[in-house]
Amino acid sequence: MSALYDEIQEVRKRYPPGTRSAVLPALRLAQERYGWLSREAIEEVADALELTPAYCFSVASFYDMFHLEPVGRHTVEVCTNVCCGLLGAQQVLEAFEQELGVAPGETTPDGEITLRAVECLGGCSTPTIVAIDHRYRQSVTPADVPTILEELRNGGD
Amino acid sequence: MAATRVTVADGPALVLAGYEGEPLRSLASYQAAGGYEQLAQARAQDPQQVIGEIIESNLRGRGGAFFPTGRKASFIPTPDKIAKPIYITVNADESEPGTFKDREIMLKVPHRLIEGCLIAAHAIQSRNVYIYIRGEYLAEWESLQGALDEARAAGILGEVDIVIHRGAGAYICGEETALLESLEGKRGQPRSKPPFPAISGVYASPTLINNVESITTIPAVLATGPAEYAKIGAPPDSTGTRLFCLSGNVERPGVYEAPHGITARHLIYDIGGGVPDGRELKAVMMGGSSFPVMTPGDLDTALDANSLGQKGYFIGSGVVTVIDDRSCIVQFALRVAQFYMHESCGKCTPCRVGTRWLVQILRAVENGTAQERDLELLLDVCDRIIGKCLCVLGDSAAMPVASCVTKFREEFRAHLAQGGCPFGGDSTLDHLFAPVDQHAHTPVAQEALS
Repeated sequence: MSALYDEIQEVRKRYPPGTRSAVLPALRLAQERYGWLSREAIEEVADALELTPAYCFSVASFYDMFHLEPVGRHTVEVCTNVCCGLLGAQQVLEAFEQELGVAPGETTPDGEITLRAVECLGGCSTPTIVAIDHRYRQSVTPADVPTILEELRNGGD
Repeated sequence: MAATRVTVADGPALVLAGYEGEPLRSLASYQAAGGYEQLAQARAQDPQQVIGEIIESNLRGRGGAFFPTGRKASFIPTPDKIAKPIYITVNADESEPGTFKDREIMLKVPHRLIEGCLIAAHAIQSRNVYIYIRGEYLAEWESLQGALDEARAAGILGEVDIVIHRGAGAYICGEETALLESLEGKRGQPRSKPPFPAISGVYASPTLINNVESITTIPAVLATGPAEYAKIGAPPDSTGTRLFCLSGNVERPGVYEAPHGITARHLIYDIGGGVPDGRELKAVMMGGSSFPVMTPGDLDTALDANSLGQKGYFIGSGVVTVIDDRSCIVQFALRVAQFYMHESCGKCTPCRVGTRWLVQILRAVENGTAQERDLELLLDVCDRIIGKCLCVLGDSAAMPVASCVTKFREEFRAHLAQGGCPFGGDSTLDHLFAPVDQHAHTPVAQEALS
């Protein structure tokens, strides 16, 4: 059995037997391992949970954080909801678009970085919030964008 | 990188008691501030007595619905009445635009949330607690998990098990029955009620669902004494303090603990330092993006449920987002509508269809291609959504949009008269990208966006 299978069995123990509660954590584990949820990854999750692939796929497709297509090694997610928007989120998003040469929802041609616009991340008093590989950077301005990307490209593993 | 300002503004420190700039993340630091003393006292009491004290304090839900917390706990059957486990689920799926308080609780006083969970577990005789935290909250999850691990190792949990369950990105899962579905490993689509969660919640068992701030306030209620707590704020209905989330065009945004009943003007101008750059306040996103916007004439309204309710506003999750006169209100309404369209789960027709209609009509108004009758159509669509769905997500799209149309009708008309936005590209919200547009693959959608 794969390492993922074992990890999922560990997670299942947190929940009452016979429930499907481990689906979300299991999908998360699969995505952390493979970067995105391919058909094969979802089948592996389904097998480990004794569920059908179609069921796991239907759950995965509901949630914004699950990637059903390949994404870059890193993700840059810019909040463009109202609170950040009032204080320049659009300009921050455009600075990332320009630096990366991709539109929101796209990945750089070298497969390194996926840029996404996302809904409110809950950091409204320090706009603009940008999640770099899911870790929040607060008070980001367009001027910060080149440095953030340089750090990501140099430091990211 | 500026950190979020988190401070006690007015009145007593209750939720944030002991926090003075340094997070109380370690068990030792929390215990030094009197942490877990209320748990010990509560455990020495009869469970019904604990519920009685919460009822006496008139603590009400801080997630948006403002339902009396003690009464909700009293709906849970006692173990001798039902042969099923009794569950607590804590709603930490904080996703309402403008809301960023539960996050700070989990970062600054995570043990107080755990203490609140354990007191609530004693009160309703539950041994199973799930904390459903939104998937995007990584640092917050780490902080809370760290505190939980330490509390467990110290034997504080006793016979209670607390599991932190991470979501995966869906605003709708903050709706209590959608949260239960998601926790059960399903798509997060709301259930029809009844049965209510108190009778049939997670795994068809009795379930108490509370917001993070509500649960975290319980130790503070007991420490203050319920009778004393009930005198704080704007009694009898809006007791105690809450964490106000101040953001937008304001000098000093942040999370401020203050008693119910301070005015919006006091919060924005005295505590928050007012609107920067000499600009005028145009509107306030009051309670959250799900509610009617406040106009400047109502700034002296006290921030408590009754005072706000009399003027058609909601206290929601304590959101006060200032919008200054550089923003186009049509663009605001459009961006809000796009959010709800993105987050609508699609189960109920009025919400599934109506949110898309709102976006399309608002985009036509903004582009100047709409006509006067489209403003009536907007209000008509809102009317056909409100109160007609299983959950309030549809209402949450319709209420702010309808309030913008009725309160700023002249600005909507100016778009029609000029054949476009009167701000001419200078609005702060101009062309603000919405995530829902990332899924716009049809040629029509592409054309509308270009």
